[in-house]
Amino acid sequence: MGRSRLSAWLVTVPPLAWIAAFLFVPYCLLFCYSFWSLDANQQVLHHGTFANYLHLATTPLYLTVILRSMRIAFSVVLLSLVIGYPLACFLVFQAGKYRRMLYQAVIIPLWISYLVRAYAWKVIFGNEGVMNTLLQWCHATSHPLGFLLYSPFAVIVTLTHIYVPFVVLPVVASLEKIPPELLESSSDLGANAWQTFARVILPLSLPGVLSGATFAFLLSFGDFLAPLLLGGPSSVMIANIVANLFGADYNWPLGAAVAVLILAMVLAILTLTQKLERRWRAA
Amino acid sequence: MSSFLRLEGVGKRFGEHTVLESISLDVEQGEFLTLLGESGSGKTTLLRILAGFEEPTTGRVLLDDQRLDTMPPHRRPIHTVFQSYALFPHMSVFDNVAYGLRVRGCPRGEITSHVQEALAKVRMERFSGHFPKQISGGQKQRVALARALVNRPRLLLLDEPLSALDANLRLEMQRELKLLQRDVGITFIFVTHDQSEALAISDRVVLLHHGKVEQCGAPRTIYSTPRTAYAASFLGKSNLVTGTVRQGVADCGAFSVPVALPDGPVTFSLRPECVVPASDAAGEHVVRFAAEVVAEQFHGADSLLTLRCASGMELSARVAVQGNGGGFAFKAQDLVPLEHE
Repeated sequence: MGRSRLSAWLVTVPPLAWIAAFLFVPYCLLFCYSFWSLDANQQVLHHGTFANYLHLATTPLYLTVILRSMRIAFSVVLLSLVIGYPLACFLVFQAGKYRRMLYQAVIIPLWISYLVRAYAWKVIFGNEGVMNTLLQWCHATSHPLGFLLYSPFAVIVTLTHIYVPFVVLPVVASLEKIPPELLESSSDLGANAWQTFARVILPLSLPGVLSGATFAFLLSFGDFLAPLLLGGPSSVMIANIVANLFGADYNWPLGAAVAVLILAMVLAILTLTQKLERRWRAA
Repeated sequence: MSSFLRLEGVGKRFGEHTVLESISLDVEQGEFLTLLGESGSGKTTLLRILAGFEEPTTGRVLLDDQRLDTMPPHRRPIHTVFQSYALFPHMSVFDNVAYGLRVRGCPRGEITSHVQEALAKVRMERFSGHFPKQISGGQKQRVALARALVNRPRLLLLDEPLSALDANLRLEMQRELKLLQRDVGITFIFVTHDQSEALAISDRVVLLHHGKVEQCGAPRTIYSTPRTAYAASFLGKSNLVTGTVRQGVADCGAFSVPVALPDGPVTFSLRPECVVPASDAAGEHVVRFAAEVVAEQFHGADSLLTLRCASGMELSARVAVQGNGGGFAFKAQDLVPLEHE
């Protein structure tokens, strides 16, 4: 009895302590900070005010940046699905004996540092980069295309490259779960390959698409490095604002308010997708 | 010469492994045919060749004199009821049954009436709004049947459809399936490894063994006159009696029987229920022999006796009454000579 209680404590206490120290306390602090303010000497005043949230609501810049972040994240999701879904289908239904190898090939980029991959696109898109050199060599353009780098385009391409595996893996998992006799049964009942895809494969893979899309959207929405390295002023995203408020401006209360806002949006999206997924599961 | 469905030398190899060896078979319109065999006998492969999920390595399949084996599965006027039912989990019972009509572009108004009619036929009309995971195994079975029959296929293939059901439901579904088949008049090809199911349900049984047709015939014929020792022991319990023929008489040790066979060794099949106490035997061509009862298993309606003859040969006998120790007997025509394998 005593021993089993001891082991129960050993199993539950460390994770709970970990969650308290690294999640609960920081979130509480963040939440508190968002209701504090700065005095004239940049010192934090510890009494509650809605000034930060009011500032966010009345300054159009924040809405612009949030909308831009959503637009970029949404583009990343679309592109990742366009690339990732057919790739997942190919892996599951066509790759045959090469399936494991190709699956590994999808995963391997995840082992390479995010920074290296982001810099790689800098090399590709720069004025003297691979892309511009190639385009000029085949006379598609006479001078380097400037919009390739330091633009939302560069951010979207980089984020897509980074998050495609996050879409492929859950989609592969959901496609693998479809029993092969369902596909046989569909063609047995007179459906051609396209009808089988549209009526059986696609609907049954939607939970995987949803979780992949959620991953890609949330990670892109909160991304900070890609806009910093490849984005330029026209593609500042909301995480860059938070970083600036905490770092350069040293305005922790306002930074905290933006962070709380992002957190609320992320939670709202997660709740929504989970509800959707549960409804599909029930059906 | 044309028949409804004709298989001509259909064979299937997977690499070095031969699954089917040159199967030839004619099936009549409206027939209830069963492919019976153990796992590995090739019965499921044969069914999958008919459905179009496997291509035969050799031979050809004709339906109404038209080549079938070159047609993709979705063009064939053939539907399959799968062992796992293979209902679409994301569709209601109604949508499952409507699937075949929808992919063929049947007008919307007709779909509803056809689906309702098909569901009524399998007594599932109350469940049209349910999803597959909300209904039981037997109900899924019925939906799978309705889903196939609603398209009026020329041929319905059933891949061990009852094997997942419990014993009572199985008997019930066997009866229903047979009635349904009579009602719709569609040719059924039914695959099973259960010999009693095959005998109970079919117009004709094809016994497959190692990818070859071991024997083919009506249930009563195939049961009472097995061609080989394998057929005799797979289709129910049988005594395999060995003996030697000399000048028209087979000497089996415990008894001798006049036969029209050439001289040499011979094996007979003798069904346990054909052996009766000698006191119950009457009429001509009765073979009597002395034996002692060494074991009895009581089954309620009858008992299974293990008999030992003076020659040391053991025989099983299924009898309703034990007899009075006056020995046992059987009719000469029940002793069926088997071909050598």
